[in-house]
Amino acid sequence: MKRNRAWAWIIFILGAAYFLLPLFATIQFSLSIRRGTLSFDAYANVLESPEFQQTLVYSLLIGVAAIVVGLLLVVPAAYFVRLRAPQLRPVIEFVTLLPLIIPPIILVFGYIRMYNSSSILPLTNSGLGTNVLLTLAYVALALPYMYRAVDTGLRTIDVQTLTEAANILGANTVTILARVIFPNIIVAVLSGAFLTLAIVIGEFTVASLLNRPAFGVYMQNVGANRAFEPAALAVISFIITWAAMGMIQLLARFAPRTAVLTD
Amino acid sequence: MSSNTDTVVPNSAAPASAGAASSRGLSTPLAGVRWADILGVAPFLVFAVLFLIIPTLYLVVSAFFDRNGGFTLQNLLDLGTPQILNSFWISIRVSVASAVFGCLAGLLIALAIIRGRLPAGIRSTVMTFSGVASNFAGIPLAFAFIATLGRLGLMTVLFRTLLGFDIYRAGFNLLSFWGLTITYCYFQIPLMILIIAPAIDGLRREWTEAAATLGATPYQFWRFVGLPILWPNLLGTLSLLFANAFGAIATAYALTGSSLNIVPILLYAQIRGDVLNNPGLGAALALGMIVITALANVVYLVIRTRAERWLK
Amino acid sequence: MAEEFLRIENLVKAFGGTTVVKDVNLAFDKGEFITLLGPSGCGKTTILRMIAGFERPTSGSILVEGKDILPLPPNQRKIGMVFQAYALFPNMNVEDNVGFGLRIANVPADERRARVEEMLKLIGLPGYGKRFPFEMSGGQQQRVALARALAPKPRMLLLDEPLSALDAKIRVSLRQEIRAIQRDLGITTIFVTHDQEEALSISDRIVVLSAGNVEQFGTPFDVYNKPATRFVAGFVGQLNTLSATVADPASRAVSIDGQRAIIPSLPATAKAGDHLSLTMRPEAVQLANAHVRDIVLDGTVSEVSFLGSVIRLKVELGQGNTVHVDTFNDQRTPPPPHDARVKVTLAGSDILVLGD
Repeated sequence: MKRNRAWAWIIFILGAAYFLLPLFATIQFSLSIRRGTLSFDAYANVLESPEFQQTLVYSLLIGVAAIVVGLLLVVPAAYFVRLRAPQLRPVIEFVTLLPLIIPPIILVFGYIRMYNSSSILPLTNSGLGTNVLLTLAYVALALPYMYRAVDTGLRTIDVQTLTEAANILGANTVTILARVIFPNIIVAVLSGAFLTLAIVIGEFTVASLLNRPAFGVYMQNVGANRAFEPAALAVISFIITWAAMGMIQLLARFAPRTAVLTD
Repeated sequence: MSSNTDTVVPNSAAPASAGAASSRGLSTPLAGVRWADILGVAPFLVFAVLFLIIPTLYLVVSAFFDRNGGFTLQNLLDLGTPQILNSFWISIRVSVASAVFGCLAGLLIALAIIRGRLPAGIRSTVMTFSGVASNFAGIPLAFAFIATLGRLGLMTVLFRTLLGFDIYRAGFNLLSFWGLTITYCYFQIPLMILIIAPAIDGLRREWTEAAATLGATPYQFWRFVGLPILWPNLLGTLSLLFANAFGAIATAYALTGSSLNIVPILLYAQIRGDVLNNPGLGAALALGMIVITALANVVYLVIRTRAERWLK
Repeated sequence: MAEEFLRIENLVKAFGGTTVVKDVNLAFDKGEFITLLGPSGCGKTTILRMIAGFERPTSGSILVEGKDILPLPPNQRKIGMVFQAYALFPNMNVEDNVGFGLRIANVPADERRARVEEMLKLIGLPGYGKRFPFEMSGGQQQRVALARALAPKPRMLLLDEPLSALDAKIRVSLRQEIRAIQRDLGITTIFVTHDQEEALSISDRIVVLSAGNVEQFGTPFDVYNKPATRFVAGFVGQLNTLSATVADPASRAVSIDGQRAIIPSLPATAKAGDHLSLTMRPEAVQLANAHVRDIVLDGTVSEVSFLGSVIRLKVELGQGNTVHVDTFNDQRTPPPPHDARVKVTLAGSDILVLGD
């Protein structure tokens, strides 16, 4: 038993070293822009640069748009599958598997081919159209996580009974979804939303191939041209991702449960 | 861009029984679902078709057509050029290497935090960190490793000053196969930990105890019981990690520019600027990628469903 | 000729601030079937796990055939164990499961095969060798678990609530099977359960535990008919409790709900007016038809449960005292109806004198 413990500690420490060293190195590097002393100049450069602010705002807006569209698609689908059409479940689950199988680069390649100037839906022709395409790409990328989050949320509240109760009281489907179901799954929804945001903020491939001024593209540019600013960006990005994940963990504690039986 | 968190793995959950729905009085004849219900699911399905299925199929199919619109297998044959084959080979090597290392290291760490009797709190910290780290791919990750193992990186400098050992002179280069593999492990290992942790939890304490009463040493337990039970999960996750690495591009791009020609980077260059002078070839590349990642994912799913049957 | 096999001396186990096993001393003979009986949390499983080696005692010693086994790790104690959750290895079929201990001990393959077949026959599942655990029922799995534990010829068998996860009918048949196999092999066995009927029906001796203490250690007959403490009396079998007041210590008379009765075992120190609790088994109380014993009391039937071979009556004696009466069914005499006035009788010697 004692020997087991020793091995476990060794492995843990080695693992911790592998994971913490790069973080530490990045932070140290990001503070070393001025020779011989530690300073936050790299951060200042980054945070004050207009491109940083513009691209971050752009990505955040696209992220929010992706979240909203994603919810509009996922919540009704998850609700109806759970409630009325369980036989469609395999179909839906297959769909949510697709974004995990299809690499993002292939997805965006397909979009470019399909929705360019010579197609029925020439989305790539305009800035707005391309923004739409970008948003939809992100909706696709985040779909598995969004669906999983919402579906789990629906499972822990007894959707069937809530719907019947609301029905008897005279509510129609839209009202039920908007006033009864949605407020109760808000925690799950927010989880999905934060995950989507984390994906969108750091994303590079799709944004760059669609030529959009996204945060990921900006980061890549900085990396190609500057030495210390990239490290500062990496730290900022890590903090944002950690914050998003942290929110999800926090939210998990507030999830409502009304179901007595679980699936 | 990597897959994320423990939600990567969809459970092969059986569909909620239609019987339950009809026994609660909401009769849904198997043949026709009410049109109102379809309406609710329709946007989702329409979106899936328009923006997931058709673009991919369109791309894949266009690999079989040449510039003039005629059917051809030439594009596929063109994949056989040394440059492209080399590209696939590098991709496969990097993906296999990072999958194997990720699998091994992830397994060891997961075992350590779950069965290693470490202080309480270490497990949940590691799991949370894994959730974040599996998302920390792409450009920031590349930057982080440049700061660590790049020519001016912290570790490089430390090795040189403290140990007198210059890793770059010894042949190491971050912008290379090994550099990429080491970097990829940063999100492969956490992904492995997240996926294998429930499986390790599933190794019931009674099995260890039963084996002990029958005279087995801890090594014998792992050899005859523990690892065989975990094996399907390990294989399956290996497959998943492979697919994950194969499709990843952002990290590699940020790390190596275009100097390391893994398939996604080749594809990227092709999409951007038609460097291959042949749009059909780009599609063929995409087809090649998809076949590989789809295969790997299918392997993963099949193994998982079979493994679940064992552990009722 | 009984020879001592297992001795537990001053065994104590504390988890953090709570002491779960408090200074237990026991000695079992070779070939005995011992049951550790008690409610959840009484320490019975902890004691078993300390014998197996999965918990270390806080203090005390455990000696098997004279030797202290505490320094040995579980895999060297040569003890067979059967768990509540069967714990069959899911990746192996029945054959490999049963043969596992033999494989570890490097028994050659053909000897192993022969032994496995022998064990499968013993548990009544010959030919099941190639099946996998997930293809078998709970009862079958538990039998395989038993075969697996016994295959390496351990010197002792431990069973941790092996029947609790099974259906009621299987529980009854399987416990008889376990006992029969144990008798056949003559192996010292310790069985843990919270089910007193199980304990009474198959044990040679029972250790009744409560909150880490041994309340009583004796044969089923003794534990049931001569319970040492109130706890044992209440936990094992049904118990009637009557409140009485001492009326006249000299003639050993007490008053039960206003009715007089003579209690021969009334302690000499009793004084008039003292309150007493009298306890007796339901089958000790009879309807006063043909035979009348020392004590006769009047009452009204408030409940009749016809259980087939046994009839259980609930009789109210007056001021709150009720007594359960168990009688065997008699085809000639139907049970008294609800609200009938009856007389019940019992012998003074049937009253249990209990410590606390």
